[in-house]
Amino acid sequence: MSHRTEGVNTERKSMIAQKMLTTNKRQKTENITGKTIAMICAGLLVIVVLSITYFIASKGLSTFFVDGVSFKEFLTHDKWDPEGEPSAYGVLPFILGSFFVTALAALIAAPLGIGAAIFMTEIFPGFGKKVLKPVIELLVGIPSVVYGYVGLTLLVPFIREQFDVLGFSLLAGGLVLALMILPTITSVAADAIEAVPQDLRNASLALGATRWQTIWNVVLHSALPGCLTAIVLGMSRAFGEALAVQMVIGNTTKLPGGLFEPISTLTSGITLNMGNTIQGTPYNNALWSMALLLLAMSFIFIVILRLLGRKRLAK
Amino acid sequence: MKKLSKMFIALTCVGALLAGCGSGNTAQTPAPAQQPAKEQSNSGSTPKTSGEPVTAVGSTALQPLVEQAAKDFMAKNAGAQIQVQGGGSGTGLSQVASGAATIGNSDIFAEEKKGIPANELVDHKVAVVGMAAAVSPQVKVDNLTKQQLIDIFTGKITNWKDVGGEDMKITLVNRPKSSGTRATFSKFALDGKEEAEGITEDSSGTVRKIIAETPGAIGYLALSYFNDSVKALKLDGVEANAENITSNKYPVWAYEHMYTKGEAAGDAKAFLDFILTDEVQKKTVTELGFLPITDMKVERDAEGKVTQK
Repeated sequence: MSHRTEGVNTERKSMIAQKMLTTNKRQKTENITGKTIAMICAGLLVIVVLSITYFIASKGLSTFFVDGVSFKEFLTHDKWDPEGEPSAYGVLPFILGSFFVTALAALIAAPLGIGAAIFMTEIFPGFGKKVLKPVIELLVGIPSVVYGYVGLTLLVPFIREQFDVLGFSLLAGGLVLALMILPTITSVAADAIEAVPQDLRNASLALGATRWQTIWNVVLHSALPGCLTAIVLGMSRAFGEALAVQMVIGNTTKLPGGLFEPISTLTSGITLNMGNTIQGTPYNNALWSMALLLLAMSFIFIVILRLLGRKRLAK
Repeated sequence: MKKLSKMFIALTCVGALLAGCGSGNTAQTPAPAQQPAKEQSNSGSTPKTSGEPVTAVGSTALQPLVEQAAKDFMAKNAGAQIQVQGGGSGTGLSQVASGAATIGNSDIFAEEKKGIPANELVDHKVAVVGMAAAVSPQVKVDNLTKQQLIDIFTGKITNWKDVGGEDMKITLVNRPKSSGTRATFSKFALDGKEEAEGITEDSSGTVRKIIAETPGAIGYLALSYFNDSVKALKLDGVEANAENITSNKYPVWAYEHMYTKGEAAGDAKAFLDFILTDEVQKKTVTELGFLPITDMKVERDAEGKVTQK
């Protein structure tokens, strides 16, 4: 009796094994559908990216090929008056404004962010993971319009009263952006520092280096590409930010003249004028050219990130 | 699962009811609360509307008025669908010209915007908006001559003491070059003179905030945006009020336009006619800070030529 059941059991077991080892029809179709769905998703993404690039390029390039604005004038002249007689299409004030405000933000946020990352990972890991990290993640989630409004309500009047200037300035924009990109820099840098092998720290300490010497010369040194990645990521976010910056920089279309002078950026120039211009007019096309510039810049940032990533892998 | 979905349905119903109450309250302010309901049932038995959705896109300045009128219109005409969107005057004009929108809302004449086939569009002027130079209440100046205003906005005068005020630096608050408000102000208050560069913001709310908070700031706002935080300046001694604007004694005003491509038809026509009725003109238009188009004693064309009505 028991013998027979055993025989049935082994038979069943072998059947199951066979089923699991050989692909049956259902599994095959499942595989194919899964593959197709994933492929459609990936393809769709590629198509969207390509068509956006094509669209912006075709619009943006028509400034030069249809409206006859010279590329050199566009990039190097500082007079912006697309509806004037004669019209002028110099976007240099916007370009410089974007670069200056981004650089200022990175200058402020990079030391702070990397410092906080060191604190979080090396000096006080328990507190850092439990309190600091969630707080920083919270900062990422605050919408940019809120940053802008806080900047407009608190920061601009503060700068005005402290320095007896207008308030709307490169400095205000840089500070708001620094606050915005601080969490990005901190969390990416923290990941990079955490990824430094413990052996390196042990070896350094064993050689008699102090804790700070270890952090400064060994940990930070080997996490450098990661920290640079963090800064570039932050800068690319700062470069593309429109709303918060627009609210505090004053949007005066002139070359940046100092920390306390109002400036314009590429993004604020686009958002302020987009709704009021007519599609197909030179004015509108010029705004698309500015968008194309922004896109080109973000490509450059991505290329830098890739190069940094490769360097990190090589190590 | 079943319980959950039941709860969901119940919640949705409650939500819909609440939403209904909310919109009812805002749509029909106090007195004639029951009247529209009656009319609604009337029009329900004899449907006048084609039910084709009408989209009105464009000027953000005009948007609140069109939204309110659309709400009232839909309450009266069951089945009518009017969607109102912002986007700016330029967007409105180009969308209606391309046929993407039924109605294009604009603060300026289509003729004033380059690249718009103005001859294909039919203008419906629905309201008038006055604009005035705005300063913070700290500025002790109440009146400027046109020449002083021009000198200030072109950057010739940079201190309030030169126009009879205290020793305080003047800060200009501008609109973007493409803005309809800027076009109107520059045309009628500054005689078309090129404005000097200043702080530039698009939204009237932000402009008002900046003027109110920055000492010595001057900008311009539609009359509907004035409150206690900013002060309207007289121009050549003339105050910007309804009486002076309707007679053109105060020249800085603009029409609010609703353009259609070709003559308006169907629900769009009914809606545009509705906006011109006394009910909207005397109530909604005035409440929102505009002037009724029906009150105007003068007419002005796209070139700025004024004729008595």
